Order: sequence, then C-alpha cells, then structure tokens
Amino acid sequence: MGYFRGFAVTFRKMFERRVTTSYPQQKRDKPARLHGRHVLNRYEDGMEKCIGCELCAGVCPANCIYVRGADNPPDDPVSPGERYGFVYEINYLRCIHCDLCVEACPTEAITESKLFEFSFTSRSDAVYTKDELVVDAATGRPQHLPWEDWRPGEDEHTSAWMRATSPSGDATYTGRVSWSGELGHGVRAPEVGQAGGSSTDAGDDSGDEPGGDA
Amino acid sequence: MSAVTTLAGLGTERGADLGHRAVLAADPLLRGDLDLGVVGIVVLKVVVAFALLLVSVMLMIWFERKLVADMHNRIGPAVAGPFGILQTLADGIKLFFKEDLIPDRSDRAVFKLAPYLSLVPAFLVFAIVPIGGDFSSGDGTVTWFGERTYLQVADPPVGVLFFLALSSIAVYGVMLAGWSSGSKYPLLGSVRASAQMISYEAALGLAIATVFLTSGSLSTHDIVATQVSGNWNVLATGVVPFLVFLVAGTAELNRPPFDLVEAEQELVGGFHTEYSSLRFALFFLAEFMNVITMSAIAVTLFLGGPSGPILTDTLGWAWPILWFSVKVFAFLFGFVWLRATLPRFRYDQLMDLGWKVLIPVSLGWFLLIAAMRVADDEGWPVAGVVVIGLAGMAGGAALLSGAIAKARAQRLEAIEAGEGVDV
Repeated sequence: MGYFRGFAVTFRKMFERRVTTSYPQQKRDKPARLHGRHVLNRYEDGMEKCIGCELCAGVCPANCIYVRGADNPPDDPVSPGERYGFVYEINYLRCIHCDLCVEACPTEAITESKLFEFSFTSRSDAVYTKDELVVDAATGRPQHLPWEDWRPGEDEHTSAWMRATSPSGDATYTGRVSWSGELGHGVRAPEVGQAGGSSTDAGDDSGDEPGGDA
Repeated sequence: MSAVTTLAGLGTERGADLGHRAVLAADPLLRGDLDLGVVGIVVLKVVVAFALLLVSVMLMIWFERKLVADMHNRIGPAVAGPFGILQTLADGIKLFFKEDLIPDRSDRAVFKLAPYLSLVPAFLVFAIVPIGGDFSSGDGTVTWFGERTYLQVADPPVGVLFFLALSSIAVYGVMLAGWSSGSKYPLLGSVRASAQMISYEAALGLAIATVFLTSGSLSTHDIVATQVSGNWNVLATGVVPFLVFLVAGTAELNRPPFDLVEAEQELVGGFHTEYSSLRFALFFLAEFMNVITMSAIAVTLFLGGPSGPILTDTLGWAWPILWFSVKVFAFLFGFVWLRATLPRFRYDQLMDLGWKVLIPVSLGWFLLIAAMRVADDEGWPVAGVVVIGLAGMAGGAALLSGAIAKARAQRLEAIEAGEGVDV
C-alpha cells in the first residue's frame, strides 16, 4: 500500500513546524560574514579612518568606487594623517560585494555592513556619496537612509569579516588583535575559530558585542 | 389545493398521477396557492443559494491555498485580512482592474461566451442540492414564515439528469474557450479537456445510474430520503459506485491528479491561456464552484445529504445544515489533499483508467444491482443471480483484458517491424 503512504506524508506535514519566515515582518539572522552595504569608519575620537589612498578604487573589479584624496586642513583635520578622503563614492548598481576593497584598505576605513535590503527609485540614489557612507559622528553606527531597511541591532555588525581574517592570511595570527578601535565600538574582539553555519552564532555573537570595547 | 395559477394548477393535476410530483411542484411550498409570500420565499432561496455559493467559493480558494501551504510546510496567504482570509477578494479585485485582452485571431463571440458556459452550469447545479431539512424524523422540510418548504432552490423530478446535463454543458465552456482562442496551447488543452470530460462523464453517469436504480428516483430530495431510510444504501452504492464517482468526479473537475487540461508545465495555462481579467476570473470562479457543487452532489447522492442526528430541540433546523456542511467540507479537504499528494497522470494513463477500469467496473456493478432488483421482483434466488452475474462479469473482464493484451502485443510487433510509430 505504498500508494497511500504519500497521503500520510502530506497529512503529517500539516502539523509540523513551518520553515517559512514571514519575511518583511520577521527577519532571520544574517550569516556572520555576509557582505552588504559599505560603511566608512571613524576612530574612537571621531576622526575618519579614510586617508584617500585610492587602493580600494584600484582593486575594485567592478570599477564602482571613486575616490579623490585631499590634504587635511591644518586647523580642522578630517583624518589623523596628512590626507583624507575628499570624495568617496560607491555605485551600488555596479558593486558586486566582493569585499576586495575591505581587504585592500590599509586603515580598516572601509568595511561592509550586513545590509542588503536597499533599493532605489533613481540611478543617482544608487551612487552613495561619502556623506552617506561614513558612520554617524555621534554613535559610530551606519547612517539609516530612507530607502534602507535597518532593524534594531542590525547596524552593529559592520566589520566582522575583517576581524575574522588573520593578517596576511597567516594562521598564527588568528585571534590576535591587529586593528584599531572604532567610534562607538572600541577595539572589537577577535572572532574565535573558523566557525561556519550555525556554529558561527556562538562565536560571532560574542565577538560582535559592543561591550567588548577597551 | 385549488389551482389558482396555471403553474400550481399543473402541479396539482399531474401530482395526482405522479404521487404529488410535477416539474416544479414537488416542493410543498408550490403545491398550494401561489401568493406573494411563496414567491418571496422562492426568491429568497435563490438569492441565498447564490450568495452562499459565492462566499463559499471565496472561502474555498482561501482554504485550498492555506491547506496546500500547510501540507508543503509553508504559511500560505497571510496578509489580506485575518489569516489571509480576504486573499480571494483581493485577487478578484485585482483581476477586475486588469486589462481585458481578446486575441486578434480569436473567434470573438465564442471567446466571450465561453466563460459563461463554464460559470452558469456551476451555479445551476447547486440549485438541486438539498442543503437542509429534517430527513431523519420528518420529510425533509422546514417551516419558515408559516410555509413548509424544502431547503433547496428546486427539486425537479429529473434532478440527477439535470446535473448530468449541466456538467456536459460545462464541457462546452472549456472546449469553446480553447477553440476560440486562436492559439495552440489553449486548443491542445481544450482537446484534452473534451476527451477527458466526455470519457469520465460516462463512468460518472454509470455510477449515478446505480444510485437512482437503488433509490428509485431521480429527484435529489427523494434520493436523500431513501438513503436515510436505508442506511445510506451503503452496500449498493456506498462502495463501488462511490469510489468510481469520486475518481470520475475528480477527473470531471479537472482537479489534480487529473488536471491535464491546464497542465502548466506542458500547456501554459491550458484552455484559459489567452484569457485575462474578468473572463479569467469567471473561469477561476467556475472551477472552484464546480469543486463545491461536485462535493455537494457527492454528499447528496452517496452520503445522505443533510441527514444526521438532531441533538437539540431549539434551532433543530440548523443541525441538518451543519451535517451537510461537515460532509461537504470533508470532500473539499479530500480534494485539496489529493492535490497536495498526487502527481499528475500521463494522458494515456488517464484514458486507460477511464475506459478500461472505471467504465467496465461501474457498468458491471450497475448490471449486478439491476439483476438483483429483477431477481427480487421475479422471485428468483438472489444469491444464484449474483453468482451467475459475477461469473459472467469475470468472463467479460477476462475477455477485455485478453483483448487489451493482444492489441498491445500486436502494436509492439508492428513497431518492431518498423510499421508503426505509435505505442
């Protein structure tokens, strides 16, 4: 009576837990290393990290980053060094979220948040300017633009991927802090291990805690 | 019972001969004088049946989507109204505002007519279904506003034939829709539809023939009444004809697993590929309405209609309606369950099942029941008649399967010899 076993299967399914998430109302946790919309970070004193070196623009395979550096005004410097990012634009109609810009950046100025839920009604909205990319000067959180869907807590995960990777790919540096602090977050704790899938949650969540600041 | 109007007069005159039966006057409401109150009740019944059917179609579509979603571990419609119950309404409103396309190469008049040929029979069939009335202890009537009446819009003495006739007309809706579209896929869909529906109509009709052979009447009201007095005629109609009716009915409705007519993977949308906007909505409405009316007909013919225990004295008239709803609901659940479980038939499997299994089985059962009735009347030993009958049918079945096997072997030989290409 194998023919009727199928009916039992479909009947049983009615009482099982649903796997569907009611998406716009509820969101699942995003993977720890998801590549989303970029942010330009600040040091803990509020200075911008970007030095306008254009390495990100050079490495970008999609040619979506446009940077112009300029000398810091002596009386009101934007970044701690000599130069700062004067113009910084990312065209999200071209960006493939490969994260090469993040790897190229010498000052961890550019990192990626986990936000992918943003859409535009015009092409000019798709080109993010520096004013939109740079983190909020007071809180250090990414700016919430009107066409982006941020939920509470989602704007904390802005640099997990970088901290998960040891410098130069050398495994002996794994877990060693080799990055500067961020405004609002302090020095982020290193990610523990190379966890993937569901086991990332334990290691990564503790690493992303904003309370881990120095 | 004075004959004031010709209609009521016709009823009383012929009623004398036919045991108070006539075309329209089977209902006690129409036996007496035809005054304003009577007309009012008739109109009320028509309006209520119409509205009830529309609302239940709306709920059925929602229920089907929700239940299939449950069986797929999904959530289903959840946005429009509580639990998404207004989803159908939203879809209907959306379809209403869509552009109404008529293909250039279509036969415009027929193209416009076809949806109504599908929809109107679906509505009319429901008119002969008794949805309430106390059959267990009474005569299946209710007394409302001081008038005794059946809880069905009409009880023609040819009720079941009326159902068969209308379901045949519904075939035209599907067939003409595909034919008039002037497009390949709808044409293929409608060719499949007409072949399928006509094939299964035969099995359906034979299954129903056993029902009215057993109950001795074509009137749905009388069929229900005889079922109530005879344990729903379980032995005569409850097994073989019921199962045949279920399979053939599902095929007649073009529901999965027999939905080859609109097999999306093969034919785009089947016969309604070229339809859009309100005309498509009409097809959709007719399809789901047919599911409900077919369930109602199955309940009426096989499961005792609205009969069932009446548990309270107050609101006693509501119990039969409740039983009827419960039985219909069981069928609706079954149809959705089939859809969630079974894959679609291949076309030759469909035709094999119809012509080589369902029609011979239902015909054999019909002949057996008929033989038993004759044996009963003539005083022959019933057991002997049954044994002889079964032996004859076994012989017939052996001949049939032998012929099928022989024909198949010949076809295969012809293919091997390179003479034919058809399997």
